[in-house]
Amino acid sequence: MTDTPIADTAAEAPLKRKGVKRRSFLIGGVAIVGAGLFGISIADSNAAKDAKARITGEGEHSFATWLKISEDDVITIYSPHTDIGQGSNTGLAQMLAEELDAAWEQVRIVSAPAEPSFANVGLGRGFMAEMTGQPAIINGIPQSFLSFIARQMNLQITGGSTALRFTGQMTFQKVGAATRLALMETAAKRLNVPVGELTTQDSRVIHAKSSQSLRYGELAAEAATLSLDNEPKLKDPTQYRLMRQSMQRLDIPFKVDGSVQYGMDFAIPNMRVATIQAAPVRGGKLTSVDTAPALAIKGVEKVIKLDDAVAVVAKGYWPAISGLRALAPSFTDGGHAGISTASIFAAHDALFAKGEADGEAGEGDVQAGLGTKPIEAKYQVPFLHHAMMEPFALTAQYKDGKLEIWGGMQDPLATKMMAVEVSGLDADDVTFHPMIIGGSFGRRLPMYMEIVGQVTKLAMQLPYPVKLIWSREEEVAQGAYRPQSSAVLTASLTDKKRITAFRNDYAQPESAESETVFPYILPAVSRRHFGHVSNQQTGAWRSVNSTQQGFYNESFMDELAHAAGEDPVIFRRNHLKADSRHLRVLDEVAARSGWNTPLPAGRGRGVALVESFKTIVAMVVETSVGEDGMPKVHKVTTVVDAGSIVNPDAAMAQIEGGTIMGLSSAIGEAITLEKGKVQQSNLSDYPLMTMAQSPLVQDIHFLNSGAPMGGIGEPGVPPAAPALANALFAATGKRVRNLPIMTQAKG
Amino acid sequence: MAIETSINGKAVALSAEPDTPLLWVIREELGLTGTKFGCGIAACGACTVHVNGEPTRSCSVPVSEVAGKSITTIEGLKSADGTLHAVQKAWIAAQVPQCGYCQSGQIMAAVALIEKTGRPSDAQIDAAMTNLCRCGTYPRIRKAIRAATGQAAQAVEGAV
Repeated sequence: MTDTPIADTAAEAPLKRKGVKRRSFLIGGVAIVGAGLFGISIADSNAAKDAKARITGEGEHSFATWLKISEDDVITIYSPHTDIGQGSNTGLAQMLAEELDAAWEQVRIVSAPAEPSFANVGLGRGFMAEMTGQPAIINGIPQSFLSFIARQMNLQITGGSTALRFTGQMTFQKVGAATRLALMETAAKRLNVPVGELTTQDSRVIHAKSSQSLRYGELAAEAATLSLDNEPKLKDPTQYRLMRQSMQRLDIPFKVDGSVQYGMDFAIPNMRVATIQAAPVRGGKLTSVDTAPALAIKGVEKVIKLDDAVAVVAKGYWPAISGLRALAPSFTDGGHAGISTASIFAAHDALFAKGEADGEAGEGDVQAGLGTKPIEAKYQVPFLHHAMMEPFALTAQYKDGKLEIWGGMQDPLATKMMAVEVSGLDADDVTFHPMIIGGSFGRRLPMYMEIVGQVTKLAMQLPYPVKLIWSREEEVAQGAYRPQSSAVLTASLTDKKRITAFRNDYAQPESAESETVFPYILPAVSRRHFGHVSNQQTGAWRSVNSTQQGFYNESFMDELAHAAGEDPVIFRRNHLKADSRHLRVLDEVAARSGWNTPLPAGRGRGVALVESFKTIVAMVVETSVGEDGMPKVHKVTTVVDAGSIVNPDAAMAQIEGGTIMGLSSAIGEAITLEKGKVQQSNLSDYPLMTMAQSPLVQDIHFLNSGAPMGGIGEPGVPPAAPALANALFAATGKRVRNLPIMTQAKG
Repeated sequence: MAIETSINGKAVALSAEPDTPLLWVIREELGLTGTKFGCGIAACGACTVHVNGEPTRSCSVPVSEVAGKSITTIEGLKSADGTLHAVQKAWIAAQVPQCGYCQSGQIMAAVALIEKTGRPSDAQIDAAMTNLCRCGTYPRIRKAIRAATGQAAQAVEGAV
């Protein structure tokens, strides 16, 4: 027997905490640091010097940290974002290359090194400019980590649909424009002509008068010694050649021939493969495990016990997972055995009944407006899993006092710093190599990605490199889910079919206030947050709080329209500001969907209008109900106003996919708990929408109003669930108030 | 005893334990990482390869079962001179992949479908293309399959 008892030191996890404080701490932290940080110019000399040392070799010249021009004219852009499939790196390259007037065929974009000199200043600027709370993407960070960010601003995060609108507009366009000016200045000197007589095109500075031109590559060395203009004039959009064009994505050729390397694919000589099981009840600890059954399997080399998990190290994944499955580890339940899906909803109800909100926002006298006979409806949504297609895999090697880690994360720099914290090594001795990511949707944020700590701990005690792979079972059971949430919505109507007051009471761990945009103009509105925390880790799930809030508000608007006896589009129109962007988007979707045209028997249309990440999306879903009782979505018409679009085809792909993810979650997805433990085990019981279930027709239009640029990766998701639920009501007369729909369809 | 088989036209002798799923032999012993691990229970299709031309979820087939058979992975779709398969070209033209992780499997499933049906109908596409994609690239997968088989890009509801 190799049974080793491990003391249970689990402290009872606090089951209630105030989300509002954590949020304002973060925003406050950013604001405080802001004064110092945002003074950094695009060409901050220390950062640029360090960046230069890291990325340039013979014949290569660095500009403002993010750009490298080689003497052979190859232009390399270093992205502080992780392209998780949303095409943001191609978009960022378009933005920089546009202002630089670079020859597109010569442009490459790669991940920036996970080093502080490549911290994302533009993103910081964006948060500064838009203090309405995009940092909600950073929900769930431990306090120590928050203060760490506040101190160091190690921002390299991807999330909140920020890549193009913050990094792109606030840094990359400026870097391109400023570098172009430096190249022109160098050319003017060399050709001995006034700068005003020069133009640029396809990576050349041209002097038309004398028919001379110089390649960027031959100007780069000298231009790189000049100090760059911090606020260069940007192009007028009428001059764009690359932006607003559907340039083919730079990463796609490598994604159709199997050559792209994800974290899962990384290998180095002598590497072993490990897999792991953490306490099935989150918050529990490992008490004992007999390691012999695993060690008896051919290829298994070691069983490693961690505080709350057991890992098997082997020659390959198959012996590792076979070894793990042979074990029967004992874990404590951390005192959470009483937690279930039902107990969480019951706790929400108790909070509503008590009526003491943790935060309230809105305007007007709601209580008076509601009167004595308000209309009320309760909605409930489950925990949702990200279910990205690539399970977690990180490789780590600890050798000669240095730790190296390879894999895909949404915040490479914070990943490095987390490994620094866990290993106790100096930051200079830890390197994180970011790799391509096989999907994320908010899951790969390091603060709730335990695998960073796990692989660090394994590597520190192994004499060889180790790739830690989470099985899909582990990945489903140990998620950082969108929170299970409830809401009670209340409103009253005048006899003229107008809302007098509208209240949204919702229960979940964090406040949704900083992200929620309620577009309707009403005499009195109230949003009240009731904080409730379970033992589960919750995190950002594509479009974050806008999915559940969009479902609540837009479902209830539909109920009110029907209560008023009004058409749902007209009812919404009557509560929107005249000439507003929201109204235009709604009118456009009504027109394009043929809202008033007849449908075959058994079909219904539903509409929803949700703004998230500064982008307004209206969606009309056309559905019927199949013989299995499940919705069959026939057509989705979507109108999007994101202000302006950098790459129309890539933006279209985001709305297509976002819509499918929204419909998928509404119809079939739920993580449920029993005795504190997740009941789902794999993709077999966490059903994602398939090709056959997805709508055959998606009709998508962009309005491009010219308003400030909004996000595009996330805003397609939130309207899908309410538009579908409203369409089902139109088709069947049955109101869907609890998701997923499947649970009710199947009784 | 080594298991003899053929991968992408080359004869190989595999040393893996006979119960090892074909997926892990392809990835770890042969180093062909284009074939992906997604779920391990044949639910997602990211590991799809062709075994004697049949689309097969390699995570759930013990390597002992493919002895003497001919296996094609995503790396084997290109022609000898490196030219992409028509389906791969259609995938680029339609800008199908987002994160890309499921796409090797999707492409292998699509190639098998097209080889079997010639010009698959939407219903045949629905029936055969059961591989999961979390990014929601299904509309473009359909478009690429239609384009690769000379059909109009946009599906029309109710058409046969």
